[in-house]
Amino acid sequence: MTDVPQFLGRNLFDLDDYSAAEILYILEAAKGMKEINLREYKKIPTLRGKTVCTLFVENSTRTRMSFELAASRLSADVVSFEAPISSLGKGESLQDTIYTLDAMGIDLYCFRHSSPGSPQLVHKYSGKPVINGGDGRHAHPTQALLDIFSIWEKLGSLEGLKVAIVGDILNSRVVRSNMIGMRKLGASITVCGPRTLMPTGIEEVYGCRVEYQLAEALLDADVVMGLRMQMERMTDGLFPSLEEYSKYYVLSKDTIKYAKDDALIMHPGPMNRGVEILPEIADGKHSIIVEQVANGVAIRMALMFLILGGKA
Amino acid sequence: MKTLIKNGMVYHEGHIRKLDILIEDTLISKVGSLIEDKESKVIDAKGKHVFPGFVDIHAHLRDPGHTYKEDIVSGTHAAAHGGVTSLCAMPNTEPVVDNIATVDYVQRRAKDLGYAKVYVIAAMTKESLGKEISEMATMKAGGIVGVSDDGNCVQDAKLMLNGMRYARNFDLPVIIHAEDYSLAGRGQINAGIVATRLGLNGLTGLAEETIIARDIMLAEAAGAKLHIAHISTAHSIEMVRDAKERGLDVSCEVTPHHLILTEEACLGYDTNTKMKPPLRTEADRQACIRGLIDGTIDCIATDHAPHADFEKSREFDRAPFGIIGFETAFPALYQYLVKPGIVVLERIIEAYSLIPAQLMGLPDNNIKRGNAADITIVDLQDESFITEEFILSKSKNTPWLNQTLASKIIYTIMDGKISWQED
Repeated sequence: MTDVPQFLGRNLFDLDDYSAAEILYILEAAKGMKEINLREYKKIPTLRGKTVCTLFVENSTRTRMSFELAASRLSADVVSFEAPISSLGKGESLQDTIYTLDAMGIDLYCFRHSSPGSPQLVHKYSGKPVINGGDGRHAHPTQALLDIFSIWEKLGSLEGLKVAIVGDILNSRVVRSNMIGMRKLGASITVCGPRTLMPTGIEEVYGCRVEYQLAEALLDADVVMGLRMQMERMTDGLFPSLEEYSKYYVLSKDTIKYAKDDALIMHPGPMNRGVEILPEIADGKHSIIVEQVANGVAIRMALMFLILGGKA
Repeated sequence: MKTLIKNGMVYHEGHIRKLDILIEDTLISKVGSLIEDKESKVIDAKGKHVFPGFVDIHAHLRDPGHTYKEDIVSGTHAAAHGGVTSLCAMPNTEPVVDNIATVDYVQRRAKDLGYAKVYVIAAMTKESLGKEISEMATMKAGGIVGVSDDGNCVQDAKLMLNGMRYARNFDLPVIIHAEDYSLAGRGQINAGIVATRLGLNGLTGLAEETIIARDIMLAEAAGAKLHIAHISTAHSIEMVRDAKERGLDVSCEVTPHHLILTEEACLGYDTNTKMKPPLRTEADRQACIRGLIDGTIDCIATDHAPHADFEKSREFDRAPFGIIGFETAFPALYQYLVKPGIVVLERIIEAYSLIPAQLMGLPDNNIKRGNAADITIVDLQDESFITEEFILSKSKNTPWLNQTLASKIIYTIMDGKISWQED
């Protein structure tokens, strides 16, 4: 007899709170949800009567849509709260915003904010479960889960896989959550980028390998993930130009040859084609970048289903 | 009026021994064995420890301007509750203490209503803007004991040099909060593995160290008396050690939290672990302890920095820096440094009472005949439960909230009068 993982009422702040068995259970659930998304009528009544709030204090149309579609397909009521056009933009504190929303009867918050650790505050002030949709550079566990799901679906397991992640590691919440989750499932991670974009002590904190040369990082990789390079990092003096960055770190036919021949190509989006990845790779036959997006809805449905205790 | 403190273990001339203390009006009139005086009110300190009142030379009373966080009455009341009899108030109020009228306000209000003696540290530059030096001489004549722009660290080296030269002219120590803004950036906690794990911007020790290096050189050139506030890294302490060996007039203080906590305390995103300079690594903490023991670090000061709950209840990177310190300082130091045998009790008393008084040119604080009767009586066997009700400060922003710390301040006596008494 194995214990069935319990998800009811739990928060998802980051993947360190979840065991390997629990992550695998979520992946299995997402597989079922993905099947629903392929139907002509993409809706099941499982969360009827529940209310999900997408509270995005930092803008992200795509992630918010993914959460909202997930909730709708499970028949939950969805309310959307975007900071710039609402009270938070007028200087109301997060605490007061949560008290106000909570009074309207929210069952689950899907929350994005530029401040690391702020999802914990939403839970603290509402007492309701919170799914972290990205908090600053700290964590983005649903993105990590959909990335893990995408690999797991293709390759059957992450055990023993070599995953290379390339780009602005310093500012990436995606890479942080992925390192936690993927390592739990047995993958080894190498991160790569210039030293100015590498956080202090990342090897020690996350148990990853750090390479500063792209060829070294990609060597024998089973999975290669590119990260979005953001223009605004240039003003911090972290790198001189997108052009020079691209010269040394772009995923192209020339550079990808160091990885395994059938290495999966991933990117959390949105892509800067020509900067961190060339179209020849992004649109190549081993790319699963578009599937990642589809899987995002399935993963978020699975999480909402499990956390709100939906009936199968 | 006479008070006789009997049978206590008294810190006297560097040692702790059983002595009695007779207080007449505001002064200590006799220290010795088996003093009897029938007219006196007697405080039986049997089994208790009797120390010179604590002197906290780095505090923010928030008055004038931010009295929802703290005011002179609540701040000094909290100080008395922590055994503090004298403190130095930092000038970053609203308006800034950069003129004689505001100096006067703080001093007068403290004198009329305060539970502790308040000495004023005024701004070194007008409005602490780092543009023009303030009227230090006038304010010195009005009673200030030092100048500092504290958290508004002077970035302009030339202005700092001139400020130091002018301060020397009027025999005022220059106190610095060392922070290079370009290096500090939007740093929230120490730049290190915890910042990496939490996704928070790191505040590198280099921000502190480069300014300390600069200001030691400037102080040498100016011949100024330089006091470095809340030192926090091993490298900073090395530079002070070196400066002292070279005979420069450089001193420094360390906070209880930098002696006791490390960046690990930030792991739960508790905004009561957010302050400047940030909590550092274990190696830095050990360097602080070594520096305190060997005297490189002269004294302890809390940097008591009250912030209201609604300010600290925000997202971590939007919450203000700073924690309160008066009411936890001695119990925390006793629990984490003295009880485990890391630092001797006598050193804590020197560093949190006698030496800071000397550094800021305050009256001699030793328990001896003729000195002001500023005395703290502590029960080392008892403990303090740091609840919101326990804390008399208007703000409750301490990392030790709802924790129990060893020892309890049971009497604080300022100028012969009881400023705090445990029920």
